[in-house]
Amino acid sequence: MESSEAAVGQKLTPAAEEPGTAGRGRPLSADSLFHGVCVSMAGLVGVALVAIVIAIAVDSLPAIRTFGVLGFLKSSEWDPVSEHFGAFPFIVGTLVSSAIAMVLAVPVSFGVAVFISELAPAWMRQPVSAAIEMLAAVPSIVYGLWGLLVFAPAFANLEPWINDHLGALPLVGALFQGPPMGIGMLTAGIVLAIMILPYITAIMRDVFVATPTRLKESAYAMGATTWEVARQILLPYTRTAVTGGIFLGLGRALGETMAVTFVIGNSNNLSASLLMPGASIPSVIANEFTEATSKLYVSSLIYLGLVLIAITLIVQVLAVLLLGSVRRGAVSSR
Amino acid sequence: MISLAAKRRAVNAVASALMFAATCVGLFFLAWILWTTLRFGIAAMHWDLFLKDTPAPGDGGYGLRNAFVGSVILMCIALLIGVPVGLMAGTWLAEYGGRSRRARLVRFVNDIMLSAPSIEIGLFTYAVMVDPLGHFSAFSGGVALAILMVPIIVRTTDEMLRLVGAEMREAAIALGAPMWKVVTNITWKAARAGILTGILISLARISGETAPLLFTALNNQYYSTSLARPIANLPVVIFQFAMSPYDNWQQMAWAGAFIAITFILLLSVTSRLILQKSVKRP
Amino acid sequence: MLKTTQMRLAALAVAATLGAGAQAAQTITGAGSTWVYPLVAKWSTVYAKNTGIQVNYQSIGSGGGIAQIKAGTVAFGASDKPLTPAELAQSNLIQFPTAIAGEDVVYNVPGIKPGELVLSGPVVADIFMGKVKSWNDPEIAHLNRGVKLPAMPITVVHRSDGSGTTFTFANYLSKVSPEWKTRIGADTSIAWPTGVGGKGNEGVASYVQRIKGAVGYVEYAYIIENHMAYARMLNSAGKVVSPSLAGFQAAAANVDFTKAEDFYVILTDQPGAASWPISGCTWQILRKSAPKATNASVTAFFRWGFEHGQDIARSIAFGPLPPSTIHAIEAYWKKNLGI
Repeated sequence: MESSEAAVGQKLTPAAEEPGTAGRGRPLSADSLFHGVCVSMAGLVGVALVAIVIAIAVDSLPAIRTFGVLGFLKSSEWDPVSEHFGAFPFIVGTLVSSAIAMVLAVPVSFGVAVFISELAPAWMRQPVSAAIEMLAAVPSIVYGLWGLLVFAPAFANLEPWINDHLGALPLVGALFQGPPMGIGMLTAGIVLAIMILPYITAIMRDVFVATPTRLKESAYAMGATTWEVARQILLPYTRTAVTGGIFLGLGRALGETMAVTFVIGNSNNLSASLLMPGASIPSVIANEFTEATSKLYVSSLIYLGLVLIAITLIVQVLAVLLLGSVRRGAVSSR
Repeated sequence: MISLAAKRRAVNAVASALMFAATCVGLFFLAWILWTTLRFGIAAMHWDLFLKDTPAPGDGGYGLRNAFVGSVILMCIALLIGVPVGLMAGTWLAEYGGRSRRARLVRFVNDIMLSAPSIEIGLFTYAVMVDPLGHFSAFSGGVALAILMVPIIVRTTDEMLRLVGAEMREAAIALGAPMWKVVTNITWKAARAGILTGILISLARISGETAPLLFTALNNQYYSTSLARPIANLPVVIFQFAMSPYDNWQQMAWAGAFIAITFILLLSVTSRLILQKSVKRP
Repeated sequence: MLKTTQMRLAALAVAATLGAGAQAAQTITGAGSTWVYPLVAKWSTVYAKNTGIQVNYQSIGSGGGIAQIKAGTVAFGASDKPLTPAELAQSNLIQFPTAIAGEDVVYNVPGIKPGELVLSGPVVADIFMGKVKSWNDPEIAHLNRGVKLPAMPITVVHRSDGSGTTFTFANYLSKVSPEWKTRIGADTSIAWPTGVGGKGNEGVASYVQRIKGAVGYVEYAYIIENHMAYARMLNSAGKVVSPSLAGFQAAAANVDFTKAEDFYVILTDQPGAASWPISGCTWQILRKSAPKATNASVTAFFRWGFEHGQDIARSIAFGPLPPSTIHAIEAYWKKNLGI
């Protein structure tokens, strides 16, 4: 199983590992050219991000100088008139709305992916996967307007029930209390979940389908049920790729601007309840960037973008560490 | 007492039902959103949408020709730049980089780019292209979209290539095939469906993006195919029209969204069919 | 792979240059304020029909408009918030007003019809500061004798996105309420003490129509198109007025633009019995250093709009500038641009 995780070529063609050595002395071969192109494109991706981060950092310098790092992160004030800016409520809003989206979207995506790859009759697979992928093509403004004009009013009818039932629960009850407006963190999380569903599903489905048939067939032959195959064959075999798909979705959720803006309620005041309005970093940037006129104001908005990149970085590191420990656990239990 | 077999069957039944339910949930929301765009946009569903340019407010009438053409041009530019870059970078990661430190760094960086808010990508493109050139242009819009596309293609290509079994590569290399042939003829082919998914998903993603275009391609009230000038495009038009107080503009926004979504669906279905037909399954 | 891509790109670039050459039509690019977008778009369509010159104006926001004209990527920028004469001088820019628009307070109170409610500036300020919490508050009741006000809590709805609408609204409240001025002030986005934020006029209108007891503010065009319940306002002359194009124009007519340097006047809370108190305006911004031909084509377009675009403006709920203002603008062009 481990051999599937590439690095195969590396072992077999040591010459290709050192880009410089292949071309030296010998005439340029097709192989080294191909490798060179691949390397430079990968390098370009890296350079592009560094360039983007530098560009963002340079633009946020005035705000960094004025508010510092900790001061900006800790402050809850966002007042364009007096030009006091702080990121705290937006950081919380970004993390909470994305977390809700992931909690909802990952299990559903997994279900859809297994359904398409293992359960559905053959004629159904293509249409269903194409339909789910269509969710990725819906412009985010349409998600926003649909959320505002159609979903939120419908959801508002459901919220009294949520108040009565979930709101009465011990510990988590406070999360589900609030006026039935239909907008807020929870609505934003749900809309985000629908948005990222196609990304996670598409990757999971493809890698499940790509799992060597003999692995699945032998399990089925042993009498394993579909669920057992999914849990014990598909997931372990495709673990890294599935994580990749989840990251794709998480990235989208963290960075989504337009759709969130319409349904999150855009309040800078922190609230314990998920039914209350909040705000996220991308939504503030999208809301205020085009109309911001003073230099410090614009710079603070770009600084927020820098904070978002830092958040992504931290989430990534945590996920990699988490994944590493899971993998080690799996190995030692074998 | 329940036998182990019965328990396993019961668990499987519940799990299968849940998976089916999950699929239904996904399809339900798609149907709901599509229905919404259709319901609000039906009044604007008219051939004029494809034949006329965007009308001024209060003029009545419908037309999105300039926006459709502009969006297709922008997507083509993005594909021409984004696919080669993303594909090659993803290939390096999977085939050469493997688990080396450099490869992990590139993966890490790529994952961060996945979540960069699209407006910042637009600002970056503005800073490196629009500002130095001194004017908005379709080409810079295409570049901004390509920057958004690349991380998605890199991620999917990398994952899909790494799932290709080692035996195939080993067999080809044992026969004396050079690495580039192994990659282009064996692994790319084996992973083609997954790579295509990545490209289609990235295309779907950029087809609805407003923020990166606002400061690069701008938008154009008029029909233009020049790459050196501002160009009309569907996402910005949908955004401007949907937020306006005028009925015909709002209807066009919904109709435009419906058409955009269906277009991506058709593109996805046909490209998959072509792929299946052109390369007969081994 | 790379080579073929480069070749394709080169081919595209060639095609693009050819395409640009084939397009004989002269184009002018402008960008900025969202508020004025429908008007410029509409003027542009008619202007293109008459002259063949295409004016492509895009609503990227006032902040964007100012940034772009400074960077020189557009021929004109538009902002809902005027630049101070000092700022203009520093960046070598000029500005002039385009057309007058207005906005009003809208509400969702069962039993109260459009135009039935009367409000004054200080009361509106207290409502949006969260000090007046209920619809039957004495402050509101005092202005509305004979109207049956329910004991319903007020939900404030404001814009979540930065907007010239918010700037004009907050500017008005700063003029009429000292507390608003010191506590909150005026800008395209402000630190709202209470309420929920809706994206765009669309978002605010939608929330107000759905939440019982809600109060918000939207542009006049939205009130007309969506048949919203609007308030009448007590203006600075102590008269109760309804929002109307005549009221917006009256506000502008009372401004002596010949005295205002660079037209730096905000049209809120203007004197005059007919003046609508929450009137706003959009300023076009030009670069003095731009090629004379560019500035001439831009001013030609706006001159045409001022002369021939008045009915067009009215048809989409924009108030044309009064003749005195147009004269002042033409003198200003002559003085600063020599056009």
